[in-house]
Amino acid sequence: MEARRAAERVARDSYGRLVAYLATRTRDLSLAEDALGDAFLAALRTWPERGIPPKPEAWLLTTARNRLIDGYRCHHRQEHALSLLRDGLTTVPELEPGDRSFPDERLKLLFVCAHPAIDASIHTPLMLQIVLGLTAAQIASAFLMAPSTMGQRLTRAKTKIRDAGIGFELPDPDHIGDRLTAVLEAIYAAYTVGWDGIAGGDARSEGLTEESIWLTRMAVTLLPDQPEAQGLLALLLFCEARRPARRNSAGAFVPLSAQDIGLWSPAMLDEAEFWLRAAASGRDGAQRMGRFQLEAAIQSVHVQGRRCDRTDWESLILLYGGLLQLAPTIGAWLNQVAAIAEGRGWTAGLAALNQIPTERVGSYQPYWALRGHLLHHAGDFGAAAASYQRAIGLTEDGAIREYLLGRLRALTDP
Amino acid sequence: MKFAILVYETEQDFAEREHTMPAYYAYSQALAAAGVVAGGAALHPSHTATTLRLQNGQRHVQDGPYADTKEQLGGLFIIDVADLDAALDWASRCPAASRCAVEVRPLLPMNQG
Repeated sequence: MEARRAAERVARDSYGRLVAYLATRTRDLSLAEDALGDAFLAALRTWPERGIPPKPEAWLLTTARNRLIDGYRCHHRQEHALSLLRDGLTTVPELEPGDRSFPDERLKLLFVCAHPAIDASIHTPLMLQIVLGLTAAQIASAFLMAPSTMGQRLTRAKTKIRDAGIGFELPDPDHIGDRLTAVLEAIYAAYTVGWDGIAGGDARSEGLTEESIWLTRMAVTLLPDQPEAQGLLALLLFCEARRPARRNSAGAFVPLSAQDIGLWSPAMLDEAEFWLRAAASGRDGAQRMGRFQLEAAIQSVHVQGRRCDRTDWESLILLYGGLLQLAPTIGAWLNQVAAIAEGRGWTAGLAALNQIPTERVGSYQPYWALRGHLLHHAGDFGAAAASYQRAIGLTEDGAIREYLLGRLRALTDP
Repeated sequence: MKFAILVYETEQDFAEREHTMPAYYAYSQALAAAGVVAGGAALHPSHTATTLRLQNGQRHVQDGPYADTKEQLGGLFIIDVADLDAALDWASRCPAASRCAVEVRPLLPMNQG
């Protein structure tokens, strides 16, 4: 049991680092994963008899390396690959127990997973599997996909990485900004998948939110002068800090304005503020304010607003305007309308809402919920009820449906 | 392309229908507003069902639903949309999707003659 626990601890702490170390030297992710998998199996077989080696990570690396070299020999792979391996892997670094001094190549792996030559929709699943060691079945369930389909897509992506000769090197400094965006977006997608899963009451995806924060921390540590990475970390911490307040005890949705701020995590909020400030002070003139810093700043204004009972709506209108300049998404547009309504009155809000072309919002639930809300406050009860009705019919979330039904009832029998 | 969204409900869902009615009403209104409705029906609970088989010309009539499962068919929506993805988008908005389950099936094209 002792040996199994030790293997599990190493797997949890070091899986991504070990795969990264092997993969950057073989340039073949599947091969690296298989070899490491074999090494873990060997550990489970031999550690109970011979005892846990003093340097488990080094033991696993050596075993995996030997598997790789054997594999190359049997398959008569090209001599070049074999020599690459020998050079890269003969000297497995001397490691103390729990030592993290072997080179950390995980960041290179993140850039490989989110490479522009790889289909963007598979970036996040690849990252979860290769850097965090999640199984295809776990990833498939979070993405509502059949495990076999997810497995095939992951395998195809890894083959492409190998055959297309994608380099396991960090992009050069001139390009790191663009490439980093893809990495951060993939991490953010993992977080929102986890978040949506939580909304659906799925405990399996709860782990995804923690793993995404962990990946972002890693990016921030390894790329200390990238404000957008810090912005994403701030954003995720703001969201995570408010998570316990987002549902009431019956599981019903609680909007930010009604959340019990006593349930927010002050430590996480402080850390979020810290990273947001770090991003702002680290930004030089040439760097544009990015999407994640803007979204984190918006969260910060909301949190301050609830804490001081006075929200700075004009700042929010500006920040949403910034988001709209970067990418005119309907979500950012609606949020700006909501801020206008709060800051400048219902009439101004309705006028801003009417600027949104209706063909963009036909089946978009949040639009109808906001429209209902604004019409309700403007006193047009009949039109408000019709809009709430439409939003109720369009939502996928049982808790949000209940919330909107409550609003509709309040409107029809005052 | 036409799809059936088959609505499955638990016994509790059937018992609480009065409570879930407004959500279903809103859902069917949203389908109508999007112009995708091609038909549909809501069914009485399964204890009102009668199952019939003809064996050697004899009618065998049985009180109750054909399949005596915990979840029962409660109704169906027929929608006309571009493809399965669009059908699944609508299916996931059906209140039963978060309470029990919905099943989506393409309809066989019928001769209109």
